[in-house]
Amino acid sequence: MSATIETPRSGRIAPQYRRSKGNGGSFEMIAWLFMRLSGIVLVVLIFGHLFVNLMVGQGIHAIDFGFVAGKWASPFWQVWDLAMLWLAMLHGSNGVRTIINDYAERNATRMWLKGILYAAAAVIVILGTLVIFTFNPCPVVNGVPLPGGFCPAP
Amino acid sequence: MTTEMAEPASRIDLAPGIGGGGEIPSFDITLRVRRYNPEVSAEPAWDEFSLTMYGTDRVLDALHKVKWEQDGTLSFRRSCAHGVCGSDAMRINGRNRLACKTLLKDLDTSKPIIVEPIKGLPVEKDLIVDMEPFFQSYREIMPFLISKGHEPTKERLQSAEERERFDDTTKCILCAACTSSCPVFWTDGQYFGPAAIVNAHRFIFDSRDDAGDMRLEILNDKEGVWRCRTVFNCTDACPRGIQVTKAISEVKQAILNRKI
Ligand code: SF4
Ligand code: FES
Repeated sequence: MSATIETPRSGRIAPQYRRSKGNGGSFEMIAWLFMRLSGIVLVVLIFGHLFVNLMVGQGIHAIDFGFVAGKWASPFWQVWDLAMLWLAMLHGSNGVRTIINDYAERNATRMWLKGILYAAAAVIVILGTLVIFTFNPCPVVNGVPLPGGFCPAP
Repeated sequence: MTTEMAEPASRIDLAPGIGGGGEIPSFDITLRVRRYNPEVSAEPAWDEFSLTMYGTDRVLDALHKVKWEQDGTLSFRRSCAHGVCGSDAMRINGRNRLACKTLLKDLDTSKPIIVEPIKGLPVEKDLIVDMEPFFQSYREIMPFLISKGHEPTKERLQSAEERERFDDTTKCILCAACTSSCPVFWTDGQYFGPAAIVNAHRFIFDSRDDAGDMRLEILNDKEGVWRCRTVFNCTDACPRGIQVTKAISEVKQAILNRKI
């Protein structure tokens, strides 16, 4: 078997190393910055969340449907949870995106993994946002309150 | 009136018994080298060589001994043999180092010493890799002085502090130990790599250079500094002790300061 060995320094670059031009724009810079900033904000949000839910008052024993309903009745906690949801999802998804970029070797694998990732992130963010804003602890269907016993009798 | 001092003799005769460090200890080692020859087989293979070496010998001396006395087909690059030219970066016992700067006695000689080509670049033969992708990234960051305005009629002055700012990154010998130790570079070879960023840093922070913005723009690429995950492999690998990861962070910082 004989292989053709090209002249050294002929200027050729093995095709897999050729970098596509026009990768400009500052998307990667913004993504990098977002990771640091959202990380700092998330530390505050998540530890605040854990502290209020698990330690204040009766702590963990107080958590039930009514507790969550009570929290989401206040716009403050709605905004808090919304910020937590969005930041955590974007932060986490961007992290997984970089991991896929770093570890997937083939472009097709990369594309599929990222497609699944983005779809999953979008579903969770949209569903979560919907729940936070449309949450109603005492739904009334056709004039009949749903059973559960959390709500005062009408 | 000055009296000229006689030049000291360059050869000094020592009385017998004075000087010298005594007997140099010798020991037996096994060298396990990853061989590859595309003209013989597409598959790489491992070869073992047993050698008697001395306490003052380096991995490069062991490779020389193999090539000169046992197997002349063993191929590797080396030029200066003194850690200056950057030709002989290789993976020795799993770490990227210069063969000419690694003393055998500092390695575990009870086990075979494993020598492989650096990772992430296409192997051409045995320990020789194709450095072209590495140098392409280097060329892309424009590693030369670019200045605006007229040529000065005297030298371009710089204060000691201004020189100090980029002193660390002037030490690079382009051995590729850093780039080929970077896991991000291993994946697809698209990342510019630490060495290119180190050499860009050398000009970006040079007060005499005026093309810093251009270089920052080049490194703001999708495959530029933002692919660095601060793994620190490059800093560990650099035979010149350059704080590579720090230099990359400074370039990141400079891009941010410029954009925001
Ligand atoms: S920065 Fe260090 S390891 Fe990287 S190419 Fe230069 S001398 Fe070699
Ligand atoms: S041979 Fe020149 S650096 Fe090792």
